[in-house]
Amino acid sequence: MRRILTVMVLTAALGLGACASKPVKPAASQSSGAAGAGAESAGAGAGAGAGEGSLGNQHSVPGPQQGLLADRTIHFSFNSAVIEGRGIQIVAAHAKYLSDHPNARVRLEGNTDDRGSPEYNIGLGMRRAQSVRQAMLLQGVSPNQITVVSYGEERPVDPANNSVAWAKNRRVDIVYLTPTQPAQ
Amino acid sequence: MKRIFRAAWIRTSALAVLLVAGGLPTAHAQLTIKITSGVTHPVPIAVVPFAESPGDPVNVADVVQHDLVGSGRFSALARTQMPAAPNHAAQVVFAQWKSTGIDYLVVGRVVPLGGGQVAVDFNLLNVLTGQSVVRKRFSGPPAVLRNAAHRVSDAIYQAITGIRGAFDTRIAYVAVVGQGATQRFQLVIADADGYNQHLILESRFPIMSPVWSPNGKWLAYVSFEDHLSAVYLQRVQTGQRYRVSARAGENGSPSFSPNGQELALTLSGASGYPQIYVLDLHSRQLTRITHTPAINTSAVWAPDGQSLYFTSDRAGSPQIYRKSLAPGSLPQRITFTDSYNAGPRISPDGKLLAMVTRDNGKYCIAVQDLGSGAFRVLTRGPLDSTPSFAPNSATIIYSERPNPNGGAILATVSVDGLTGMTLKPAQGAVQNPTWGPFPQQ
Repeated sequence: MRRILTVMVLTAALGLGACASKPVKPAASQSSGAAGAGAESAGAGAGAGAGEGSLGNQHSVPGPQQGLLADRTIHFSFNSAVIEGRGIQIVAAHAKYLSDHPNARVRLEGNTDDRGSPEYNIGLGMRRAQSVRQAMLLQGVSPNQITVVSYGEERPVDPANNSVAWAKNRRVDIVYLTPTQPAQ
Repeated sequence: MKRIFRAAWIRTSALAVLLVAGGLPTAHAQLTIKITSGVTHPVPIAVVPFAESPGDPVNVADVVQHDLVGSGRFSALARTQMPAAPNHAAQVVFAQWKSTGIDYLVVGRVVPLGGGQVAVDFNLLNVLTGQSVVRKRFSGPPAVLRNAAHRVSDAIYQAITGIRGAFDTRIAYVAVVGQGATQRFQLVIADADGYNQHLILESRFPIMSPVWSPNGKWLAYVSFEDHLSAVYLQRVQTGQRYRVSARAGENGSPSFSPNGQELALTLSGASGYPQIYVLDLHSRQLTRITHTPAINTSAVWAPDGQSLYFTSDRAGSPQIYRKSLAPGSLPQRITFTDSYNAGPRISPDGKLLAMVTRDNGKYCIAVQDLGSGAFRVLTRGPLDSTPSFAPNSATIIYSERPNPNGGAILATVSVDGLTGMTLKPAQGAVQNPTWGPFPQQ
């Protein structure tokens, strides 16, 4: 119960934070070239040799592997961005690791099932990724250790059209970035 | 548009993608077309094989018959039932054709003009009166013979139904081939009947939300190269492309203004909610449109360019809202039926709003009459999405997932819900269709 309340507070904090957020600025302060329009360099380097995300090379997953840290996926209920159950522990474990290792960086990849509008699903996936990000920030992780992306319904782990597959696909994947990978 | 982009945006390319410059390669996965529904009493017509040279690359009568029957509003007389094979109106003995039960007869020929040009002459004849309804000539190089055939279909369709045909138009869509580490996303353009496929972009990362510029020369889309979402503009003919938004967080859902000078898009920033912005493609000035702590996305322009329609879940469930771009205007909720209405598209004539709706637990394509407010579910679902209007406002193309384990295929439905067809690849999935404008004259 206490954990559920914590999550509710986190979710509320996310809402309030967004209320006060300013218009988006180009990410010029970030370390890479992917800034706003015009300021960016030609993106040739950005696409070259980048590591796979959660799909693809499961054999050499970068990042810590001990205990809960081997679990990189947080699942969500339908149309929900609330971290529940085991997801709370997974997020807490990674948050602790990240705050203990300030040089470690992660990309949080939000995903949804494939029902409805793909563009709205990008929003839902972003809401899930932000939910995990906020939880991590409140547990001491620095904002510059985290980048977020939402793939919406575009990268299902199970492409079937049924409730079992949908439940698997509603998730946030935590992807540890190797030092050579751009955070942004 | 050309003038603006040359000066204002930095051209990009990425090694993670196959970028198509110069000649467009042909995509290989043909789409199989299946007519799924039609009107109860289609107009009976005979399309007599055109007189052609043996080397002509396209059988014009085949294309025309395919277009007309595919519309669901015509039935074609089988060639084996045809009493004769005239190519000129003067050769037609109407008494022979009346007994076949057809109302209309199409005759024509492909004529070499010299200089590498050919002409397609056709004549649409009313079998009951013996009168010519419409006759025209389309000419050009043999490479555009298929387009000429579509123009024949357009003229016939308009003469008989009163609706401008949209056969000589193009669609763009995303094909997904392979799985896991070998999965590829392809941005493809094709004729509206699925032929003449050309690969525009290939990537191992998702590509989504393609839209055409009003002049049909550009596509805007979202690509996730290197795990970052960005909005790109790409010139269809040359492959030149420009990254116009690659900010932190989401860069999504582009939509050209009717004059082609502005782009509505969705940006979330590193920590915020997705909000709608308008990017002036000339000045690069960004104007924020929505300000609510909720998902705001999928903005599309009203045909007059004075307001935007978009999806927002500010009231809990996703619904469609409209916001005038006049200063101080407040958003107005447009949809009230059902608990899920998202992904708006406005018909080019400004009369209809199309969207994906949840109807008894199934995700279907619906239209709402913007004048009367009447709401109509057009498709049966269960997993339909991404509607896009033909430029004649008469047909919607969308994606559906008819099989429990299958990927998406494309389908069309007429706005009265009466006719439809599917376009299905032999392998892989096709999704995110978007219908281009009428060809520029």
